[in-house]
Amino acid sequence: MTVLKTEGLVKKFGSFPALNGVDIEVEKGEVYGFIGPNGSGKSTTIRVLLGILKATEGQATIFGMDAWKDAVKIHKRVAYVPGDVNLWPNLTGGEVIDLFVKLRGGTNKSRREELIRRFDLDPGKKCRTYSKGNRQKVALVAAFSSDADLYILDEPTSGLDPLMERVFQECVMEAKAEGKSILLSSHILSEVEKLCDKVAIIRQGKIIEKGTLKELRHLTGTILLVETKEPMPELATVKGVQGIEEKEGALSFQVDQQELDNVVRYVSQFGIVRMESSPPTLEELFMRHYEGTGTTERAGVGGEV
Amino acid sequence: MAKHLYDETGRLTRFVLRRDRIRIPLWIVSFAVVSAVVAVAFTDLYQSDQERQAIAETMRNPAMTAMVGPGYGLDNYTAGAMMAHQMLLMTAVVVGLMSILLVTRHTRTDEEDGRIEMIRSLPVGRLSNLLSTLLVMALVNVLLAVVVGFSLYALNIETMDLEGSLLYGAALGATGLVFAAITAVFAQLSQNARSTIGFALGILVLGYFVRAIGDIGNEAVAWLTPLGWILRAEVYVNNYWWPVLVTVGAAIVLSVLALYLNSIRDLGSGFFPARPGRKVASPLLQSPFGLALRLQRTGLIAWAFGMLLLGASYGSVLGELESFFGDIELMQQLLVQTEGFSMTEQFIPMLMSVMSIIASIPVLMTILKLKTEEKNGRLEHIVGRAVSRNRLMGGYVVLSLLVSVVMLSLTAFSLGATGNATMEEQLPLGMFFTASFAYLPAVWVMIGIAVLLIGWAKGLSGFIWLYLTFSFAVVYLGGLLQFPEWVQKLSPYGYVSRIPIEDMDYGTAAILTGIAVLLIIAGFIGYNKRDIGN
Ligand SMILES: Nc1ncnc2c1ncn2[C@@H]1O[C@H](COP(=O)(O)OP(=O)(O)OP(=O)(O)O)[C@@H](O)[C@H]1O
Ligand SMILES: [Mg+2]
Repeated sequence: MTVLKTEGLVKKFGSFPALNGVDIEVEKGEVYGFIGPNGSGKSTTIRVLLGILKATEGQATIFGMDAWKDAVKIHKRVAYVPGDVNLWPNLTGGEVIDLFVKLRGGTNKSRREELIRRFDLDPGKKCRTYSKGNRQKVALVAAFSSDADLYILDEPTSGLDPLMERVFQECVMEAKAEGKSILLSSHILSEVEKLCDKVAIIRQGKIIEKGTLKELRHLTGTILLVETKEPMPELATVKGVQGIEEKEGALSFQVDQQELDNVVRYVSQFGIVRMESSPPTLEELFMRHYEGTGTTERAGVGGEV
Repeated sequence: MAKHLYDETGRLTRFVLRRDRIRIPLWIVSFAVVSAVVAVAFTDLYQSDQERQAIAETMRNPAMTAMVGPGYGLDNYTAGAMMAHQMLLMTAVVVGLMSILLVTRHTRTDEEDGRIEMIRSLPVGRLSNLLSTLLVMALVNVLLAVVVGFSLYALNIETMDLEGSLLYGAALGATGLVFAAITAVFAQLSQNARSTIGFALGILVLGYFVRAIGDIGNEAVAWLTPLGWILRAEVYVNNYWWPVLVTVGAAIVLSVLALYLNSIRDLGSGFFPARPGRKVASPLLQSPFGLALRLQRTGLIAWAFGMLLLGASYGSVLGELESFFGDIELMQQLLVQTEGFSMTEQFIPMLMSVMSIIASIPVLMTILKLKTEEKNGRLEHIVGRAVSRNRLMGGYVVLSLLVSVVMLSLTAFSLGATGNATMEEQLPLGMFFTASFAYLPAVWVMIGIAVLLIGWAKGLSGFIWLYLTFSFAVVYLGGLLQFPEWVQKLSPYGYVSRIPIEDMDYGTAAILTGIAVLLIIAGFIGYNKRDIGN
């Protein structure tokens, strides 16, 4: 069952297109990672999904309802943690949590207490005196103590210490185990890799890649680490080989899935001493997409002019 | 070591000037233009000595003393004396306001938003920011003094000589300086920008009233505030310079105090203690309305006290007024016979119009808070939850409507109660309430305009303050300068029945209310259509 869906989402600020056709789809019980460089449109997409911004074109639906028109109805079942948590300086954290929970409707006192304890938050302090991480904890406690079906989290861990990050990850896992869906935007790729079932990569307002991590890896290929008796001077010219690097006296490079057979044949001529293969990490995937598409896109724009 | 406290002050000073390169000239030019226009208007309106002398007689009444300051040179009320006597205090209050806003902007606001932290991380002295702000304020106020002084002198009005004109400007500049220093001190004492403005504004407004009490009663009391000092300069009559020197001296002492306090406190902290807060929200704080109320609670309570004080000080003036006109028996008889109303009763609509405009300030602040919340990125938390935009804006509209009723009730009550306590002739308290409530529809129209602006053009919502200032100008100066009738009709306050000397015009009130409702509805429609965010 699809919980959240956008189709051809376009958002223009004046004439600047912050979103330029965004299509994502989150299924029930799924943790969906949303990654992309600064200013690529993650927060904008999320704000459109929450009916805070009005889409210029395209469709955004949550629980099958229109994100703009049925915002209030949708929000009864959504918990949101914004990227920049700005709170009221003269209210305490405890007051803000209660207010947030109340505004969503429904209360869960014991869950609130438990989360405050787990996140190690002092709810009696004024928000003015909270550090960035503590402000984030306020938003997280409010989000996870509400009984939502969909959690929309915009860089929720950017200010948390490693211990708190672990608590956060536990909270996400628990929510997932209860069959809830989560849309998680983040710059911490290890976190996305650990938590997410699916990932979408956005760049300049466009989704450039999406799917399960497995699918993405498949698209990208395998990382090989090879040590040979004789040097391989022509390696770079072999079809399907990219990103050659020296590592521990061996060569590490990325091989396109279709060319794997050819490449291994080529390498074996030089007498293999050691050979390791590993799937690319999300970081490697990410870098490749950014750098790769970065240059082609720039060339494309230049070509049009 | 001491030298490093002020490193890069020069560069920061230029930076402050650059950030305010539009704002500062705008303030200075406005003061020069308004002063010049009023001076010209006065000389045009009252051309003969007799006309001016007639005005001088009305200035002897304590109500006028309370409003504009003690009369001087009344026996030979020249155009210059008249202008300085009636305009200096009001203008000085606005100059004080300018200083408060500018200083807070460059001290506490910057600190709260984390900009000072960035500056401090650079090789910049610890006190450089405050010092550069104070230097800019010195420059602004000196410029203000010179520009206003010379532009008055340039009008070539006979009784407005060079020395007097420069003294007029200098008195304004000195007031600006001293309030800049007072604000700088509060920027160190309090914890945030809001309370800095609150305290400094409190001192300014309280100063106005304390001086009023001093001027009509015990002169020593008027010495408690700089506003009382500068009025003793007797511009264009005796041209005393010492009040300016005293005021500037006080400004310097307070500036040094502010610098000292800044040097001994931590960034982001203040000297007024922060109390530990509640761990859970009260039942009140569980709706957008409750939040709106909670966020503005302190401010609204302060305003409520202010309105009580304002009503009470005007009320006590009513008593003085009565005895003043009682002395001139003939005049009283004349007035009562021709008009059918006593002098005090005729004075009430004028007081009510001024008070209703002042009461509109907290009302408009209440509704505009919605925009501030948006600007500070806090509405995302609200509309991101199960709160419709109608409910959100509705909370603020309802609160501002309530505030309008409460504020006008408080003024009516305190004016009536203190008035009746000091007068021999008793006026029904209900009349005061009717006279005050007659202004409600006009205030609601102002709310409507604010809602409309927030809904459709949030960037322009500051326009409402301009419109309120304009309304104040036509209502307050309109009487003095005898503006034509239609100018008053450009403001909603110009349509209100002048109770008790006129009957309540329910038709017009209904039309105003209808307009307010339409504006509010239109505002809601726009608010439902637009993006939220900054
Ligand atoms: N209100 C606005 N007006 C104009 N431009 C905007 C507005 N909000 C966002 N933008 C622009 O839209 C683009 C996308 O911004 P967005 O905040 O969605 O990025 P992001 O992916 O969340 O970045 P980050 O990783 O830094 O949080 C940026 O170029 C930003 O400058
Ligand atoms: Mg973002």
